[in-house]
Amino acid sequence: MIKRTVMRSGRSLLAATMLASAAILAAAPACADDAVTLSLEIKDHRFDPAELHAPPGKPITLRVKNASSIAAEIESSDVHFEKVIAAGAEATIRVRPLQPGRYNFFDDFHHETQGVLVVP
Amino acid sequence: MLPSLLIVFREVFEAGLIIGIVMAVTSSVPGRGLWVAGGVIAGVLGACVVALFTGGLSELFGGSGQELFNAGILGFAVLMLGWHNVWMARHGREMAAEMRAAGQAVVTGSKSLAALAVVVMIAVLREGSEVVLFLYGVAAAQGGADLSMAAGGAVGLVLGAIVCLLTYLGLITIPTRYLFAVTSTLITLLAAGMAAQAIAFLQQANILTVFDETVWNTSWLLSDSSLLGRALHTLIGYVDQPTAMQLIAYAATLAVILVLMRLFAVPPAQRPRAA
Repeated sequence: MIKRTVMRSGRSLLAATMLASAAILAAAPACADDAVTLSLEIKDHRFDPAELHAPPGKPITLRVKNASSIAAEIESSDVHFEKVIAAGAEATIRVRPLQPGRYNFFDDFHHETQGVLVVP
Repeated sequence: MLPSLLIVFREVFEAGLIIGIVMAVTSSVPGRGLWVAGGVIAGVLGACVVALFTGGLSELFGGSGQELFNAGILGFAVLMLGWHNVWMARHGREMAAEMRAAGQAVVTGSKSLAALAVVVMIAVLREGSEVVLFLYGVAAAQGGADLSMAAGGAVGLVLGAIVCLLTYLGLITIPTRYLFAVTSTLITLLAAGMAAQAIAFLQQANILTVFDETVWNTSWLLSDSSLLGRALHTLIGYVDQPTAMQLIAYAATLAVILVLMRLFAVPPAQRPRAA
């Protein structure tokens, strides 16, 4: 009896998952060809520049280079990203279009290292 | 010394909470110490490998390698935790009866142990890779590990281990008849929290872009990077600024695990009747 229930619910679960995936993919926005690229460097426990500017409503590509000799974890609760960058390495973070505001980010390995992304 | 102490402690304590819970969940299964220890060792080795390849990993998949890797292993941990709960719902009773009767190692117990050992490995690997990268970087910058860094790291490790021990001791004081319900609740919440974390990484990689509005901001109340915030983040999946998709994944994971536990629980007809 359990087997039949599982088979039936398994099939409907599969159908629901397929419908949900189709809906999600259909709702996904178009390719970000108009992304704004910003560059950031981590050196001496500081972000350079410490204040970034980006226009509202456009996707942002953040290229971060860790020019220091120790790994960094660039993180932001406001923008929802968290990425570990090894010493000397470079990483790309794709940020979704943002509303006007100030978005803070920091180095999780060294909390004094703070930066802000300003969207006017 | 303080920076390495703090960073090591933070990461070890998050893994320590999970290990403490796993140890308590499996307290009635003999030999589980070996499985958990195996998970920890595998996790440490994995952490070193991940730390070594962090640069290369990040470059994969158009720069989203790290996010996909994290989402993948977290997703796998969610499956393991969910499977454990469902399996225990089915076999927990018969296992307890067997052990009381035979009082010896039970083979059936090792299946759920393997799943939990994998969860331990994943937790240690994730937290450990950050520790390895951080410590390696500090050592490289200084031209070698020095006493102050090693001491800081060791103290951080010991403090994290104490958290693990306290979690375990705190849980096993729960009377046996409630232990199963409490631990399966903890495991379900752990799974839901990890599912939400996996979603966060997929959103970060721009693979999942729907429902990405921030639903609430309770960072004024409890920041998820504070110590208590991190504990709640690990235990129940607390996030101070969750996106809608994260909340959906959290609720869906809770629902799926609870429904599956219900479906697979021992049917009433097979349980001994009181009347």
